[in-house]
Amino acid sequence: MMTTDVESPPRAEAPSDPAGTPVDRPRLEHDLRAARSVFSGGFTVLCALLSLIAAFPLFGVLYMLIERGAARLSWSTLVELPPSAIQTEGGGFGNALAGTVFMVLIAGLIAVPAGVFAAVFLAEFGKDRPLAAAIRFGAKVLTGMPSIIAGIFGYALVVLTTGSFSAYAGGVALSILMLPIVTLTAEQAIRAVPAKMKEAAVGMGATPTQVVWRVTLPTAMPSILTGVMLAVARAAGETAPLLFTAQFTYFALRVDRLENAPSLAVLIYEFSGSPYEHQIALAWSASLVLVLLVLVFNLGGQLLARRNELARTR
Amino acid sequence: MTAIELPQRPAPSNGSADGIVIDLKLDRLWYGDFFAVRDTHMPIERGSITAFIGPSGCGKSTALRCLNRMNDLVEGFRFEGHVRFQDQDIYHPRIDPVAVRRHIGMVFQQPNPFAMSVYKNVAFGLKLNGYKGDYAERVELALRRAALWDEVKDKLKQSGLSLSGGQQQRLCIARAIATEPAVLLMDEPCSALDPIATRKIEELMLELKERYTIAIVTHNLQQAQRVADKTGFMYVDTSQGGRTGYLVEYRPTRELFDDPREQATKDYIAGQFS
Amino acid sequence: MSPPHVTSLPRPPTAGEKAVDVTFRHGTFAVGLGVLGLLALIVVEIGGVAAPALREQGLQFLHGETWDANQQVYGIRPQIWGTLYSSTIALVVGGVLGIAVALFISQGFLPRKLELLLKTVIELLAAIPSVVYGLWGIFFVLPALRPVTEAIHDAFGDFALFSPRSAGPNLLGGSLVLAIMILPTVTAVSRDAFAAVPGKVREAAFGLGATRWECIFGVVLPTASSGVFGALVLAFGRALGETMALAMLLGNRNEFSWSLFAPSNTLASLIANTFPEATGTERNALMCAAIVLLLITLAVNVLGTLILARTNRRLRGLA
Repeated sequence: MMTTDVESPPRAEAPSDPAGTPVDRPRLEHDLRAARSVFSGGFTVLCALLSLIAAFPLFGVLYMLIERGAARLSWSTLVELPPSAIQTEGGGFGNALAGTVFMVLIAGLIAVPAGVFAAVFLAEFGKDRPLAAAIRFGAKVLTGMPSIIAGIFGYALVVLTTGSFSAYAGGVALSILMLPIVTLTAEQAIRAVPAKMKEAAVGMGATPTQVVWRVTLPTAMPSILTGVMLAVARAAGETAPLLFTAQFTYFALRVDRLENAPSLAVLIYEFSGSPYEHQIALAWSASLVLVLLVLVFNLGGQLLARRNELARTR
Repeated sequence: MTAIELPQRPAPSNGSADGIVIDLKLDRLWYGDFFAVRDTHMPIERGSITAFIGPSGCGKSTALRCLNRMNDLVEGFRFEGHVRFQDQDIYHPRIDPVAVRRHIGMVFQQPNPFAMSVYKNVAFGLKLNGYKGDYAERVELALRRAALWDEVKDKLKQSGLSLSGGQQQRLCIARAIATEPAVLLMDEPCSALDPIATRKIEELMLELKERYTIAIVTHNLQQAQRVADKTGFMYVDTSQGGRTGYLVEYRPTRELFDDPREQATKDYIAGQFS
Repeated sequence: MSPPHVTSLPRPPTAGEKAVDVTFRHGTFAVGLGVLGLLALIVVEIGGVAAPALREQGLQFLHGETWDANQQVYGIRPQIWGTLYSSTIALVVGGVLGIAVALFISQGFLPRKLELLLKTVIELLAAIPSVVYGLWGIFFVLPALRPVTEAIHDAFGDFALFSPRSAGPNLLGGSLVLAIMILPTVTAVSRDAFAAVPGKVREAAFGLGATRWECIFGVVLPTASSGVFGALVLAFGRALGETMALAMLLGNRNEFSWSLFAPSNTLASLIANTFPEATGTERNALMCAAIVLLLITLAVNVLGTLILARTNRRLRGLA
């Protein structure tokens, strides 16, 4: 890597100055037996080893997912209804895929506008007021709340009120998980809009609302979208909230009636405990589809974020 | 001064016959594909202050950072030539860069104290070298030499970050000299400081010169004139389409400023003073 | 020739514009307040459903060891124990590995591009749904662990820690999967803390002649320590509330045990496993368990958030 002057290795014998006294030459050579070298090398090896141990299961999950999941994957698995226990072949999880998409959509319709509005307040109007700090703190606490609590809340709020499990109750429960993510990322996005752009609009006599709608939000939109995609990725994979609000059904998704609704995540949970090979295989395929769905949104969000960063630094 | 077990600093009269501590010779130097520096040969004399001046991007900081292998931390760095510290080629594969940096200390452009107390900042290097003696004494000594003792003696336990910019930079100098390195490199040490703090650091350099060899990068020509014994002027060559720095001339400071030999030097000095 | 007539455009904002402005600003305020309100509503709603059961069971609920719907006796001490036990094991294993990975991908051991790639990969792994980890646990971790646990049991079976010869779901398997699940969180947050240590500060250590590990132990870890601690607390909070993987792997047994190899249960997986079939008083009792879980995780999360906020303030002085 380094081009060095190999022809002149460190001189072995100490030269002397004209007075004849030996020069005090510092020892600079690598000394592999020095405590410092052993310590440093040992920790590097230990750290690499621990990282390897950590990497093994993480990539093991992905490997097994692809190996087992891809086996049963086909167009018909993506559209057909789940097989009953006695059915030994065919069937799929079309209803669950539709259910997941529908419930995440409902959740997004609730959480995205609410989250962006709250973010506008935090970043533009509330700023450093104690109330804004409290809301920010509340949102952070909500992010860390166990998702099962969101499910129970959805049950108490929607299921008990309407008297039935439903896709809509599922959507409400998921929206509680999405809301703090959208709020916090959108606030960051809005804050990143350069002050000089807003000042230009203010200087032309725009009202605060006009500044937000015509300048701030359009400029921040790509970054807000990143947050939305991350939130969608989180919501799509959640199981616990749906267990209490949508439950599961072998039948097609009905959006015109309040009744149990299917989803990929709950299907995986149901079939994972099944004694029938056929259903277990479908659970793996559904996992692969779910993970792909989640990763696409996650990766999309991250790529978008990186592109924005590049655009901003240019 | 008291005898110590730290890296032994040779007495100023000792060393190579010609009094050269570090022989810096950069024939060609790259960062990845970027051809950054060429033809720069600067022998640095013991017990003196050597300044590197020139416009920004001329590679003066790069040259300085070759002296204690800080450039190793930059990916894609490689060069042809040699850097000899007391007749040892410090880029030889057998040489441990970590050991080199213990003998050749460095003060950076931005004050960079650690997020710990003033005392621990100064003691950091002592601990690194496994010093077994009286820490308090060495810390005080270093802080006194850095002309900071009187200002911080009552707040040794406070965070180094609580000091003012000029104090932080002197703390960094104290931290660097606590272990008595042979050479002290300073990379634009005053660029982040106000004039009063700058003057304090300059006075400090002139005092430290008695015990250490100092190499300093500065963009301030007056500063070079005030403190440096010898000065190297570096310039940027854009003729090949790149931006490659090179050494134009390297002479005693007085001569370089009063009677520059090269046209580039004349123009630069005239431009900076007009 | 007269110059073309140009109208002067400026006019004061119309009443309509002003009304929109005021409405919108108050609207965002209301929605913002709604976020806080939601948090309060969650506690009130769940508390409301839980209240009757809590009144009926009293303090016995917290320290009782029986969960029996037929006799309407509900105690959650084994589940509280299982929650803390599994999360602690996960935190120790996942914490050590997670910090090691964070150091490995932030301290210049690898080329910069590879570091960024691995950072992205780890963030993606954090997004894998927990039900998928559960599925993997059932079909890979539990079978793979079995010969190991059996060998340990045969050798050290006298210790309570290894007492039943496990056959199927057990605490250790669940906790290890949990450790893998929180690992990306630990790594991502502590990597950020390490990366927030300014380059000039690390440079100062190298300039003094520190080796890479002397720099890590002397400067990087102390500077980032509260960030790493915050990462561990947040990960612990995640582990406490983790539901699906543990519901699938622990065996759902409501008994107190020290053993690593015995089936166990946690608050979250008790709720998940029991709720769908529960009715009447049992549902209310499950709501009580949810309240306890909520309080524990809230406390841990508030702590973690405060610690991370303090870290950021402290590091700002460095930049």
